[in-house]
Amino acid sequence: MVITLAEVWRALDEITDPEIPVVSLVEMGIVRDAQIEGDTVIVTMTPTFAGCPALRVMRDSIVEKLTARGAAHVEVKTVLTPRWSSDWLTDAAREKLKAFGLAPPPKHGGNAQLFFPDQVACPYCNSTDTRVANHFGSTLCRAIYFCRACQQPFEQFKAL
Amino acid sequence: MNDTLLARNVLALADDSLLLGHRNSEWAGHAPILEEDIAFANLALDELGHAQLWYELHQELTGREPDETIFFRDAADYLNIQLVELPKGDWAFSMLRQYLFDAYENVLLAHLVNSSNARVAEIAAKQRPEEMYHLRHTAHWVKRLGLGAAESHRRMTAALNELWAYALQLFAPLENAQALTDANILPNPRALQTEWENQVGAHLTASALAIPAARAPRAKSRSEHTAHLRELLTEMQEVARSEVYGVEW
Repeated sequence: MVITLAEVWRALDEITDPEIPVVSLVEMGIVRDAQIEGDTVIVTMTPTFAGCPALRVMRDSIVEKLTARGAAHVEVKTVLTPRWSSDWLTDAAREKLKAFGLAPPPKHGGNAQLFFPDQVACPYCNSTDTRVANHFGSTLCRAIYFCRACQQPFEQFKAL
Repeated sequence: MNDTLLARNVLALADDSLLLGHRNSEWAGHAPILEEDIAFANLALDELGHAQLWYELHQELTGREPDETIFFRDAADYLNIQLVELPKGDWAFSMLRQYLFDAYENVLLAHLVNSSNARVAEIAAKQRPEEMYHLRHTAHWVKRLGLGAAESHRRMTAALNELWAYALQLFAPLENAQALTDANILPNPRALQTEWENQVGAHLTASALAIPAARAPRAKSRSEHTAHLRELLTEMQEVARSEVYGVEW
């Protein structure tokens, strides 16, 4: 084995979510665990939205990247428990989403009532004079809002 | 014994989500407004994702791969209820069908997260917040269309009168399912129906839509299908089945 666990984590932190290419799978909380057993690297991941079509791309990216870094065998496991929560997004990741034009998800602490806050800060001008334009957006994890202040539509990463 | 019985019930859950997702996907490019085109594509994808989780559990219980189960099974062996195989109809029909199903899933999943089977419980927990988003969206539209113009109210009333008896099949258990209820793996369908009727009834009334009088499900068994299912599967399975004869990608 020519790859160390530290190198594995570094490599995983370089792989981005194909639908949000500014945050890594580690920052997203999608990669849950990495282990080296013999000549096999075992990565455990958990899906964000169950039907997310990017899951397969992420799985392939993990295998490809770790193989390129020297792993002889890569096994990617998927687990559902504990259930992925948007609360897991790090503060640094939230800032990156905002800079990307995607309003970060509100922290909900498991309270479903907060999943759709009436006011979300516009990632462009920070105004909270916004409204939901559509509960669904261009990917499963996004909703569409409109900012009355700067008259811009924008997307929000949904709380889950 | 319980594994075989559970596999059959899990397959019914999977088939319901798969077919509803497939019907929703037929709105892509055809919805009355762009936002709803996007919404229905998302609803379709979510339902396919949920179906996939159930088909994976079905595979763990039976050894049958999801692709084989989906593409190489004939209509007679599908266990979905007729509600989800009906053609998409007009937009009121699709919206109301999705609402009736979302309300059912929200009630069902609230029970399944406490299932004594750990896999059933975790799959339900994964789906539940996504289904809350669905219900929020469709409940909003049911009210908007019910209380909207005379034409939207007329179409919603027609859709409800058509769909109600089909929806009641959601609560008709598969044969021998009582054993799973006794083992606290699945909830009691009668209790589910009461919760669903209370919630749905209150919302439809608030949306100025009258609950139809029908009390009996449209079909008695999940093995009874309309000709629409065969047509849907013929199209959905065509590519997978032709690959057997040597088509390469």
